[in-house]
Amino acid sequence: MELILLLFTFVLAAFLGFELISKVPSQLHTPLMSGSNAISGITIVGALIASGQQDDAISKWLGLAALVLATINVVGGYYVTDRMLSMFKTKKD
Amino acid sequence: MPESIINVSYIIAAILFILGIKMLGSASTAVKGNRVSSLGMLIAVIVTLSKSGLDYTWIVAGLALGGVVGLIAAKRVQMTGMPELVALFNGFGGLASLFVGWSEYEKASGDWSAYLKSAGDAMPGQWFLALVIVLAVIIGGITFTGSIVAYLKLSGKVGGTATIFPLQKLINLLVMLGAVMVGCYFITIVDNETARFVLWWVIVLSLLIGVLGVIPIGGGDMPVVIALLNSFSGLGAAAAGFVITNTVLVVAGCLVGASGLILSIIMCKAMNRSLGNVLFGGFGALASSGGKEVEGEMKALSVEDAYYVLEAAQSVVFVPGYGMAVAQAQHVVKELSEILERNGAEVRHAVHPVAGRMPGHMNVLLAEADVPYEQLCEMEEVNAIMPTVDVAIVIGANDVVNPAALEDEESPIYGMPIINVHQARSVFVLKRGQGAGYSGIINTLFFRENCRMVYGDAKATVGSMVAQFEE
Repeated sequence: MELILLLFTFVLAAFLGFELISKVPSQLHTPLMSGSNAISGITIVGALIASGQQDDAISKWLGLAALVLATINVVGGYYVTDRMLSMFKTKKD
Repeated sequence: MPESIINVSYIIAAILFILGIKMLGSASTAVKGNRVSSLGMLIAVIVTLSKSGLDYTWIVAGLALGGVVGLIAAKRVQMTGMPELVALFNGFGGLASLFVGWSEYEKASGDWSAYLKSAGDAMPGQWFLALVIVLAVIIGGITFTGSIVAYLKLSGKVGGTATIFPLQKLINLLVMLGAVMVGCYFITIVDNETARFVLWWVIVLSLLIGVLGVIPIGGGDMPVVIALLNSFSGLGAAAAGFVITNTVLVVAGCLVGASGLILSIIMCKAMNRSLGNVLFGGFGALASSGGKEVEGEMKALSVEDAYYVLEAAQSVVFVPGYGMAVAQAQHVVKELSEILERNGAEVRHAVHPVAGRMPGHMNVLLAEADVPYEQLCEMEEVNAIMPTVDVAIVIGANDVVNPAALEDEESPIYGMPIINVHQARSVFVLKRGQGAGYSGIINTLFFRENCRMVYGDAKATVGSMVAQFEE
């Protein structure tokens, strides 16, 4: 049952994504892409759970590798987007 | 923290992502939008950390290492290096999804059939867990190597043109079929050793698909590929979300998947080509064969002579392309455009939707150089006034100003909307040498009566124009 709900969520999110993005001015395409790229680092949640396992198994170390990679994706992605957008902002003021 | 609070917090995080993406779509709210979405991420991370039974010893180290590396990379990168950095981050996200999927398999610690039984209870069937693991691994793997190849091409570490070899399409098709078959097989097995062996094959084949899929794509098509890989990394995260049955991963991943797909379709439309043509066309490598012979010759112009024309110009349009990024010329371009304005000319910067190597690439560079917002024009706008323009200065752009796209039905880029600089009274093309550009297509603009080539590094050329004005 839970999985059907999850699938349902997936479908709704897809429609929402299409609706949200279809009217973005082209000068914002790059920040939009790097910003959404940072969001795709949400795998960090899965990585946290996997790397926090108590036993010292391969599974945990794979999780840790995923954690480092996902954190780079998240932190770097948000920071670089912020940097880019702040340039757009100063120009407008 | 109790499970219910954790779940509610995930919903809040998902709402913040949605709001964040929505706000990123408008210039006035974009900065806030990015911060809103990062707040969502922070909430998701914190509540996950509060789950009971986690061992924090290595988590802290992992977060610290990843955070420092990400921050340094994001701080150091120059705006011109943005496409390759986005590609690299994207690849890391993909690899993370692959590892999360693989890690779930390893949780079985030697007894895959027992694990499938226990974990599969919450699912429609045991096959479902195996299916989503395979999906996370395949999508993550393709995203990883695809992004790395894109990174290598964009940063110039390997040649940027399309790589074509005999039987390429057949080989690609076979590898893809192989991955699908091995993936399907994995879903049916319960024996642990067989499962491990097959999973490794899934990983190897998916990594191979990423490489094979991106090497035949030429530099000019990179904006489409980057956007598509971005979409893939989102889908990979969504698949990982199904693996650990977590809503926030599914929502966020799917949002990114949808937005990336739309961006790549927008890019394709701007080139008047289908997504299939971009991905499988092998564009760029075979391009030089198409098109008619061009008559006339290229006429070179010295910087001094260019200066005399510019001095008298009433209306000037700059058309930047990837060459401006390579030469880091955006700041001197801004300087020159200021001088021209003081000299009484009306200055515009015309940005083609697919100029550069990333959606919106040129806008970022011009924004970095503080070019006023009002001077940025989109293609349709500037084409309407092009016949009244005295000088169009093309800086490192090529295909997006090639009139063959309008006139020559045999040209591979026929039908692509271009910036009609050939209609301006005179055109200066700033270019390193005489060779055809990245895509390998001969640009008939260069042979036109009103076109003059100013050879040399774009930054140096524009710099010496500035110097001429200051004398």
